[in-house]
Order: sequence, then C-alpha cells, then structure tokens
Amino acid sequence: MSSAVTANGHDEAHHHGPPKGIGRWLFSTNHKDIGTMYLFFSLIMLLLGGAMAMLIRAELFMPGLQLLEPDLYNNLVTNHALIMVFGAVMPAGVGLANWMIPMMIGAPDMALPRLNNLSFWLLPMAAIMLVSSMIVPFFPFGGGAVNTGWTLYPPLSVQAGMGMDLVIFTVHILGISSILGSINIITTIVNMRAPDMTWFKLPIFVWAWLFTAFLLILILPVLAGGVTMLLFDRHFGTSFFDAAGGGDPVLFQHLFWFFGHPEVYVLLLPSIGVLGMIIPTFARKPLFGYKPLIFFMGFLAILGMVVWAHHQYTIGMSLNTTTYFMIGTILISIPVGLMLFNFMCTMWRGSMTFETPMLFAISIILMFSFAGVTGVMLAVVPADLQYHDTYFVVAHFHYALIPGSVLGLFAATFYWLPKWTGNMYDEKLGKIFFWWNVISFNITFFPQHFSGLAGMPRRIVDYSGQFVEFNVISSLGAFMFGVSHLLFAYIIIKTIRGGEKAPDKPWEGGQIGTPGLEWTVSSPPPFHTFETPPAVK
Amino acid sequence: MSTTKEAYYIPDPSPWPIIAALGIFTMLLGVVLWVNDITSMVMWVGLLMLSGLFYGWFGAVISESQSGKYSAKVDISFRQGMFWFIASEVFFFLTFFGCLFYLRTITLPYLGGEGQLGKSNMLWEGFTYTWPVIQLPDATNYVEPKEAMGPWGLPLINTLILLTSGATITWAHWGLQKENRQQLVKGMAMTVGLGVLFLICQAYEYSHAYAELDLQLDSGIYGSTFYMLTGFHGFHVTIGTIMLIVIMLRSMKGHFTPKHHFAFEGVAWYWHFVDVVWVALYIFVYWL
Amino acid sequence: MKADKGNSMQSCKKTLQKTAGIAGLLGAGSVHADLALNLPEPVSPLAIEIYDLHMLTAKMALYIMIVVTAIIIYSLVKFRKSEGYVADQKFHEGLFGRFGWILVPVIVLGIDATIAGPGMKTLNNVEDYSEPDMTVKVVGSQWKWTYEYLDDDLRIVSNLKKLDPSDELYLRDVDNPLVLPINKRVRFLHTATDVLHAWWVPEIVYKKDSIPGYINETWTIIEKEGTYRGQCAENCGTGHAYMPIVVKALSQEKYDVWLAGQKQASAAAAAEAASDKEWSKAELMTRGEELYNKNCAACHQANGAGIPGVFPGLVGSPIATGPVGGHLDIVVKGKAGSAMAAWGAQLNDLEIAAIVTFERNSWGNDTGDIVQPAAAKAAR
Ligand code: HEA
Ligand code: HEA
Ligand code: HEC
Ligand code: CUA
Ligand SMILES: [Cu+2]
Repeated sequence: MSSAVTANGHDEAHHHGPPKGIGRWLFSTNHKDIGTMYLFFSLIMLLLGGAMAMLIRAELFMPGLQLLEPDLYNNLVTNHALIMVFGAVMPAGVGLANWMIPMMIGAPDMALPRLNNLSFWLLPMAAIMLVSSMIVPFFPFGGGAVNTGWTLYPPLSVQAGMGMDLVIFTVHILGISSILGSINIITTIVNMRAPDMTWFKLPIFVWAWLFTAFLLILILPVLAGGVTMLLFDRHFGTSFFDAAGGGDPVLFQHLFWFFGHPEVYVLLLPSIGVLGMIIPTFARKPLFGYKPLIFFMGFLAILGMVVWAHHQYTIGMSLNTTTYFMIGTILISIPVGLMLFNFMCTMWRGSMTFETPMLFAISIILMFSFAGVTGVMLAVVPADLQYHDTYFVVAHFHYALIPGSVLGLFAATFYWLPKWTGNMYDEKLGKIFFWWNVISFNITFFPQHFSGLAGMPRRIVDYSGQFVEFNVISSLGAFMFGVSHLLFAYIIIKTIRGGEKAPDKPWEGGQIGTPGLEWTVSSPPPFHTFETPPAVK
Repeated sequence: MSTTKEAYYIPDPSPWPIIAALGIFTMLLGVVLWVNDITSMVMWVGLLMLSGLFYGWFGAVISESQSGKYSAKVDISFRQGMFWFIASEVFFFLTFFGCLFYLRTITLPYLGGEGQLGKSNMLWEGFTYTWPVIQLPDATNYVEPKEAMGPWGLPLINTLILLTSGATITWAHWGLQKENRQQLVKGMAMTVGLGVLFLICQAYEYSHAYAELDLQLDSGIYGSTFYMLTGFHGFHVTIGTIMLIVIMLRSMKGHFTPKHHFAFEGVAWYWHFVDVVWVALYIFVYWL
Repeated sequence: MKADKGNSMQSCKKTLQKTAGIAGLLGAGSVHADLALNLPEPVSPLAIEIYDLHMLTAKMALYIMIVVTAIIIYSLVKFRKSEGYVADQKFHEGLFGRFGWILVPVIVLGIDATIAGPGMKTLNNVEDYSEPDMTVKVVGSQWKWTYEYLDDDLRIVSNLKKLDPSDELYLRDVDNPLVLPINKRVRFLHTATDVLHAWWVPEIVYKKDSIPGYINETWTIIEKEGTYRGQCAENCGTGHAYMPIVVKALSQEKYDVWLAGQKQASAAAAAEAASDKEWSKAELMTRGEELYNKNCAACHQANGAGIPGVFPGLVGSPIATGPVGGHLDIVVKGKAGSAMAAWGAQLNDLEIAAIVTFERNSWGNDTGDIVQPAAAKAAR
C-alpha cells in the first residue's frame, strides 16, 4: 500500500504531483480530487433531475395526457425530487466543503481521507440504484411504479412494487454516505485547523458547514429508521403504519419530516456560508455581525429540529400541538431574517462591483426572502389548510431550493473557479448566464403561486382547463430555464480548458474580514497544500 | 511513538473505499432481490465482498498503525470520528424508541377511543387500548400474540450479562493501562464470552416467543416494536462481539500500548453504547 | 386513460388561444376575467375567516418584500465602486455595527406576533367541535369518494364524470355530487379505505387528510346556494388527478325533497337486492357491466386487461375463471396490502353478484357461471 516511510514519518510519494491514470480518481485520497468528483457528479445529477423536470413540465404544458402515464409521471416527480435533493444539491455542498474547508483552515487534507473517498463512491452506487427503481416497473417482476412523491408516505408506498425497495436502499446508501461525509467534515474542522486558526477566525462558510454536518448526523439516522420500518411493513408483516395492527400511517410522516425539515436547512446553510464569503468580497468590507451570524446559525439549526410537523398540519393533531408547531415555525424568520439583514448591512456603505458571483448573491437575497415570506404564510396553520399540497407549496419550495441553494452553489462555482482551475471564467458569458437563469427561473415558478391559490393540487398528471394559462407560462419558462444550464456547463468546461490566467488572489476584496487561507496558495493550488501548518495572521 | 509536531499522515491512494462502495451496493441490491423472492445469491456475494473488504481495509489500517505512522493528531481524528459515528447510531435507536413512545402515548389511545381523535374508535368497535397490545383492532391479517414478554427471567439475566460485560471490558482496559497483558486478554475473553452468551439467550428467547407466545413480527404493533428494537440491538451486539474478538486476537498478538490503543477504546465505547441501549430497552420494552 | 389525439389537438388549440389572450390582456394592464389569482371566494364563515387571514399574511409578505427590495436597490445605486464610493471599513465597529443585530429579532418578533395572533384565533375556530346539525362521513378510496349521511342512513358514491379535455368541467365533475343544505352546521368525518386522500373544497371547507383507520373532523356552515368544486389533495396513486369533489348546496326545502327521493331509491335498491328473485344472466350482465365500469374499470380497465405490473388483468386470470368461491372472496374481502379493496362494505349482494357474473363472462372469459345474490351473501 504505502511506499517507504521517510525519517520524518510521511510518504515520499507526497512530494510528487498527482498519481497518474484512472487510479488517481478511483482510489483517490486527495480532498481536491474528491471535491472535483463530487462537483462533477452533482452537475450530472442536476442535468438528469432537470431533464426529468422538463418531462414533467412538458406533460403539464396542457390538459390531457400527452407524454406520460399517471404512474410514470409520479415516478418522475419522485425521482426528480430525490435526484435534485440528494444527488445534485447535497453532493455539491459536500464537494465545496471538500475543496475549500481544508484549504481555508490550513489543513493538509480531510481528517480521514479514505473514508472521504468512500463517501463519494457511495453516491454513484446510490444513483444507479435510484435510476433502476424507475426502470424495474417496466418489467413484469417489477410491480407498480414508485408513485408516492419523494415523501414516500405509506400506505401508498406499501402498495408500490420492487422500485420502492430500491428507493429504500438508495436512501440507506445516501444516508451512509452523508453521515460518513459529515463525520469527516466535523473532525476536520475541529481537529485539523492550523494552530493559529482559532474558532472566531474561521471563515463563515466553515461555520455553516459545521452546523450542517451536525444536522446531518442527527437527522439521517431517523430517515434510515423510518424507511427500514417501511421495508419491514412491506415484506415482513409488521404493522407500524397499519391501523389494523395498531400502527399509524402518520408515524412515518413524523419520521420523514423530522428528517425532512432540518434537511432544508442542510440544503440552505452551505449556500448561506457561500454568500457570507462572496458579499464581503465584492462589497470590499468585512462581513457585518460575524459572531451574531454564527450564533444565529446555531439557533436556526436547533429551532429547525423541532418544527417538523408544519408539513403535516392536515393530519389532525391536537390544538396545543398544532399551535406549538405554528409558533415555532414562524419564529424561524428571526435567525434567517438576521442572516439576510447582515448581508444587506455588509453591502451597506460598501464599495460594490458586480461580477457574476455578486449578481447571484444579490438576486438570492431578494428571491430567498420571497421564499421565506411565503414560508411564513405556509406556517400559519389555518391558511396552510388551504395551501397545503397545492402548487403554492411547490412555488414556495422551488423559490427556497433554487435561490436558497442551487443558485448559491452557482455563485460559489463562479467565485472559486479561478482558484480551482487557475483560469478566469468568461465574465461576459457569466453575466449572460445570470440574467437568463434568473429571469427564466421567475417565469417558471412565479405563476405557480397563483395556480396553487386557484386550487391546483400537486402531484397531478392532468388538470382542468381553469389552470391552463399559468401552466403554459410555467412550462415555457421551465424550458428556457433548462437550456440556461447548458450554458453553465459550457462556461465551466471552457474555463477548465483555458482562458485568462487567474492570479492567486483573483478578487480584490477577497482578503477582507474573515477570509480563508485559500487565497494564500497559488491558482490552481498544488496537489498537496499545507503539509506543514501555515501561519495565520 | 509519535509526537504532535510531525506531519499528518495522509494515506496513499487506496482501492478499499471503492470496493467498499461496490460491496455495500451489491449487498443491498441483493436484499432487494431477496425480499422480492427473486434470488438470495447476490446478497451473499455482497456479504462476502464486505467481509473480505473489512479484512483488507482494517488490515491495512492495523499495519499502518503498527508501523507507527499515526501521530497523536491522527489518533484524535479517529476518536472524534468514532464518537460521531456512535452519536449517529444513538439517533438511529432513538428513532425506534421515539416510535414506541409515539404509538403508546398518542396513536394507540386514539384507536382505543380517547380524546378528540378517539372517534377513530368507531372504525374499530370493541378495541380497547392496553399495552402490550394483545387484542388487535383487526386481526384478519395478523397473528394475535397469546401474551407479552415479561421483564423477569431471561431478559433480566441478559441485562446482568451485558452489565457484567461492561465491567469486564473496563477491567481489561485497566490491564492494558498497567501493561498487564494477561489481564487484558483475560478481560477480553470474558467480554467476548458474555457477548456470545447474550446472543444465545436472545436466540432462545425469540424461539420461545415464536413457538409458545405466538409473538411474531406480524403480531401487530407490539410484536413489531418488540422485534424492531431487540432485533436491531441484537444485530449491534453481533457486530460488537465480532469487533471484540478482533481486539482480543490483536491483544494476544501484543498490539496496543498504554498510550496508543485507539482501536481498543473505540470498540470499548461501542460496547458500552450497546450496553446502554440495552438498559433503555429493558426498561421501555420489557418492563414499563 | 389516454386522451385521444383529436382531443389533445383541440385542447392544444384552445390553450394557445387562451395564452395569446393572456398576453394581450396583461399587455393592456387588466386581468383575464376567469383567471383566478387568489383563493376562490369563500362562502362559509370559517372559510371567510381563513381567507382574511390569508390576505393579512400575504400583505405582510408584500410589505416585507417592499422593504427588502428598497434597501437593496438603494445600496445598489448608492454604494457602488463605479460611482467612486469608498467602503466604510469601520461600519461594523460602530454602535450600529455592534448592536444592530438586536434590531432584527425585535422587529421580526413584532411582525411574527401580528401574524401569529390572528392565526391562533382562527385556529381555535377551526378546532371548534360544537354539536353539529348533521354529520357526513367522507370516505376516500382509490379513486372515488363515498359520502355517508350518518343521521339519515344514506350513502352516495361519487365518481369522476369522464369528459373531454376541452370541456369546461374536465376533471371537475362527478356523477353523484354531495348534496348539503345551507345554513346548517355540517360536520365531516374524514377517513379512507386504502391510502391517504384529502377532501378539499376551498370555498366551503379547508382540507384534512383522510387516513385509513383513523378519523379526522372538519366543519362548515354553507351560506350560499350553489355548486362548489374541489379535488383530492393528497397523492393517492395512479388516479390522484381523477378524484374531483362536487358539493351542491341547496336551500332546506329543496334539500328535503332531494333527501326523500334518495331514500326512496335506496330503499328500493336494497329491497331488490334482498328479494330472493332468481336473476337471469342477461339482467346480471347489463347491471354488471355498468357497475364494473363505475367501480372496477379505474384499475382493471374497461377491457379487463388491467395495467401490467400494477393492476392484474382479469382476462383469463386464474381467479376470475377459477372457482366462483375464490372470485367472490377477493371481491368481497379484498386483498390486504394491495389496492384491491374489500368491496363487500360498499356494494350490496345484488351488485356484487352482477359484477362477478359480468367478469366471469366477458372479454373471452366464458365460464358461463351465473352468480346469484344469495351466493354473494354467503361469501360475506
Ligand atoms: C432550502 C429549502 C427550504 C427553506 C430554506 C425553507 C424555509 C422555510 N419553509 Fe419551506 N419547504 C421546503 C423547502 C424550504 N423551506 C420544501 C422542499 C417544502 C415542501 C416539501 C414537500 O412537501 O415536498 C417546504 C414546505 C414548507 C411548508 C409546508 C407546506 C405544506 O406542505 O403545506 C411550510 C409550512 O410551514 C414551510 C415553511 C417554511 C418556513 C417558515 C421557512 C423559513 O425558514 C423561512 C425563513 C425566511 C424568511 C422569513 C425570510 C427572511 C426574513 C426576513 C426578510 C425578515 C422578516 C420576515 C418576517 C417577519 C416574516 N415550508
Ligand atoms: C433542489 C431541488 C430541486 C430543484 C433544483 C428543482 C428544479 C426544478 N423543478 Fe422541482 N421539485 C423538487 C425539488 C427541486 N426541483 C421537489 C423536492 C419536488 C417535490 C416532489 C414531490 O412532490 O414529491 C419537486 C417537484 C416539482 C414539480 C411538481 C410536480 C408535481 O407536484 O406534480 C415541478 C413542476 O413543475 C417541478 C419543476 C421543476 C423545474 C422546472 C425545475 C428546474 O429548475 C430544473 C432546471 C434544470 C434543468 C432543466 C437541467 C438542465 C438542462 C438539461 C438537462 C438539458 C435539457 C433541457 C431541455 C430539454 C430544455 N418540480
Ligand atoms: C384501486 C384499484 C382497484 C379497484 C378499483 C378494483 N381492484 Fe380488483 N384488484 C386490484 C389489485 C391491485 C389487485 C391485485 C391484488 C393482489 O393479488 O395483490 C386486484 C385483484 C382483483 C382480482 C383477482 C385477480 C387475480 O387474478 O389476481 C379480482 C377478481 C378483482 N380484483 C376484481 C375486482 C372487482 C370486481 C372490482 C370492482 C368492484 C375491483 N377489482 C376493483 C385493484 C383494484
Ligand atoms: Cu385521492 Cu388523491
Ligand atoms: Cu419544513
């Protein structure tokens, strides 16, 4: 395995560049290579999940059944959501963590490099399994499609065929991957900081990931337990979710959302961390309220763990329970509001320029605030009894998920691409991408608020004529939005292949406030950074 | 051994992670095929891959450890890693305990007619709620158990076995710290023995439950929660026992020093965790 | 379930016309007349209260967005490098910088309280379980609604009315609507037979889930005569898009007339089923076909072929061509853990006998069996 050990205790091989051949990627123990693989994997998944969304929007373009059978449609919805959430957004976040955290805190690598590679390679396995869950229903032994939506509620999920078992184990594999990844990230942050990198010198991105990783470790086992019980109900005769045997279908919903609600902050927080790096850079002014931001992130993580039942106001809970969940959920506007307030105050009296990452950051503040205020509308129980399971909810969560996490990841990509590749991206194309992306995003999802209020339920393959107008606009917007992602992929490839050389510090304001140590190394950084701990100012 | 000032050990590229990923994939795919009555072959192949993998991966780690590559800082990483891993396991068990709690205090009383949602009882006329649930709302698809599993007898003995094993492993640890290798190996052997004994008792209890009490997986919610909790615990005891055996063999080979024995401690932590889960289980599943 | 080509062409054309319409209207600055932008106009006190609450939160949301947008636009215009603005590096060290963060929790808490207060008040009304004037048990099944008038011993089964996609009421109409009197406090008890459903008619009552084995409760007082439409709002599988709800609210007098008529009809049907008349094959077949199309075709399809892998075909199936007993058994008792419901609870003996006779003698199944109601009764 390892080559000869030198006198001072580490491998000779490390002084050379990256290993040659395919083994560099398959067997990697290098955080940058693994980070790259994560990021590419998530880009592919974004395109795949997006292609499914395109099919969904094409079917919904007009009433009647044109492209998809009802079961296939709902199977696509299920897979679209699972692929986007678990395949595109979460791995992208972990990819950023892998690339940036060790470089930011001055560590030679992640704390447990081999485990890190395992976390990554579990993902393609899970993706294969998830995609096969869509394919088996086409075979006679496969049974019915997984038409439940990503929430996998029983009893419907007990009816589904073999695809459901594949989804259950996909969730298990993804769970193992994320838990191991989180363990690695926490350990790295706690144990691997350069000697003078004290807690309150850490870049905000690192803090954001620390909380995210805690959340993941606490919530994923709950989801794993829930789907395991589902598996037992399906195949081994238990009655967890069947009233006839003394169980309760709602129990599964509690387990799912105990995971599911903190999960949305898992998706959100890395992007908040990214904004906390980008905005000070382009406002040329230190992050406003660094410490309160950290404490309120912690508050958000804790509060986020105890409000899950706002997804289940319609299940019939007691008055007191419902009131508790309503108030808890509304209070979340405090920590999130503080984050956005701090970002706005960072811009205030700054000296701003508007490169692509900054454009995204500003649009995110606006659009995510909007998602947040519709979220607070949803949190008010009696009103949610009307909104629940309509397109109003779909509009809310795409506003939260796309600006709140996907666009944040885009911004991060533009921000750090020069560091990763050593080349500047094409600023003009970047700006075109920004406008195209953000405008078509709004065309796609803004009308869904109205169709939802007018009464269009989610997860329906076909709808009545009264909803036509909004769906046409939404579908057209979606096609435009979809194509914009091809431009994104093009910009990335173009930057990797060449372009204007990037300096070590490509952004003028990159050193302001609490920056990471990534700006102290070359662009692209050497294969091994910080083999001896760096000094921190 | 190493001191803090040296460079952190970064392993060379390694094939084990990707093999592990493939092994997990194969095994779980195998389970899918098995529960759908297609074939159980794939599952066994996956299990075999995983066993080989653990042998190889941990073997590599052990030889690196023995050749002194791990600095104190690496040791801390391992400890923190193990700590958070156990934390995630704790949440896994808390899930099942939470379910038990939820069912017992919230939904079953509804089914039995209590509170505002007690109107559900009109669907299940004649059902009254008692715990353990012996008479089911509708037994058409289930086997009603004859009686519940009491807390005395075997479960109590099992509790004592596990508590004792917690003591013996601590005694072994003392031996290690005092560099008394004989005490270490003896303590480990006793712990392994107690672990195996526990599993035998558990297997006997299951067969008794199935054969005489009609208490089965499909005995409604009592059977479901009973087997889910004790079953997953038993599974963890099995894993723990295997790890203990490995540590025992390594102790016999003369691995571990008073300052440098993370593997031992990691396994000991795991074993204590399994122990604590059992105590909670004993209280909430068998007793209350 | 596939709409044929002609229909989709037609609806496509209509869609395009409508879209062009919107584009024009939006341009002209007005809003299309039948383009609903908000919750439909409520007609029960509780729905009205919820509507007002919704308007309150929506307004709050709007105000917050205006403030946020204003701050951002102001800073974008003012604090740009291209205008030569120099960053105030000491901003975060000043008084505001050190204590400004306290502002947000205080202000936001204030707004939260303004929202939560009315929210809790309305919630108390939602959860008000006073004595109702009448109770309707609403049962969701894949994919239809059954309404049981608990005080009147009456049952209505409500199925989707199949229409053309271009029809005004496509997916919005049913064969038998729920009929209710106005100005009476009605209690709904929600439950389901197979999977989760949710009964939702926004104008008169919010949604609560129908959960198999459990009962949820909602209430309303309808204040206006009229026809109100809704849809199943919880994913229930293949037919989730095809579970509309129609409620017809009538004045008390009209309602009484309707009720008497219904009771008469159902008494007649029950008597017919209970009589020990020997039914001829032809009679059973015609009735059976009608009932099959209404109750079973959603899954097993009108041609009995089912949907492979999901719903078994009945053509030549071992059960539908094997012993009559087994066939009756699965229809009466259903199959646990699958979508196949226990129809014994929903159909009377005559209806079951007719359906089974029909299935055993159609689509090439030619057992020649004639199943009489007595046999169905025995199978229960
Ligand atoms: C990144 C993902 C993300 C984020 C961050 C959020 C954030 C929030 N969400 Fe959202 N949500 C989802 C993703 C997300 N959500 C998803 C995926 C679903 C649907 C899942 C499914 O059913 O499939 C969902 C569904 C959902 C529901 C259930 C709806 C239903 O099914 O009936 C509710 C109800 O309470 C809700 C509420 C909230 C709230 C209160 C927040 C808060 O965190 C928002 C806080 C932010 C702000 C409030 C804005 C900033 C603050 C200010 C500018 C200060 C001033 C503001 C006020 C005083 C209000 N969400
Ligand atoms: C991070 C998560 C995430 C992301 C990024 C998205 C992105 C998109 N979603 Fe997503 N969606 C969810 C998470 C997400 N969604 C969830 C959780 C649900 C709930 C599921 C459930 O109900 O269970 C859901 C449900 C959902 C629905 C509701 C379905 C229903 O209830 O019936 C719809 C409908 O419009 C939709 C549309 C879209 C669209 C158009 C995009 C677009 O943003 C996608 C854009 C990206 C691309 C298009 C990829 C790039 C382009 C190509 C691959 C080239 C090919 C392009 C063309 C052919 C034009 N989504
Ligand atoms: C919601 C869907 C659904 C509806 C409606 C439905 N069935 Fe079924 N039916 C099923 C499913 C699913 C099965 C397969 C059950 C199994 O074996 O797992 C089935 C099985 C059967 C079988 C046995 C077929 C075989 O060979 O296995 C018969 C007979 C049958 N149904 C008759 C009926 C009749 C009669 C009706 C109407 C009164 C009806 N079904 C309505 C879903 C439905
Ligand atoms: Cu019934 Cu959806
Ligand atoms: Cu939530």
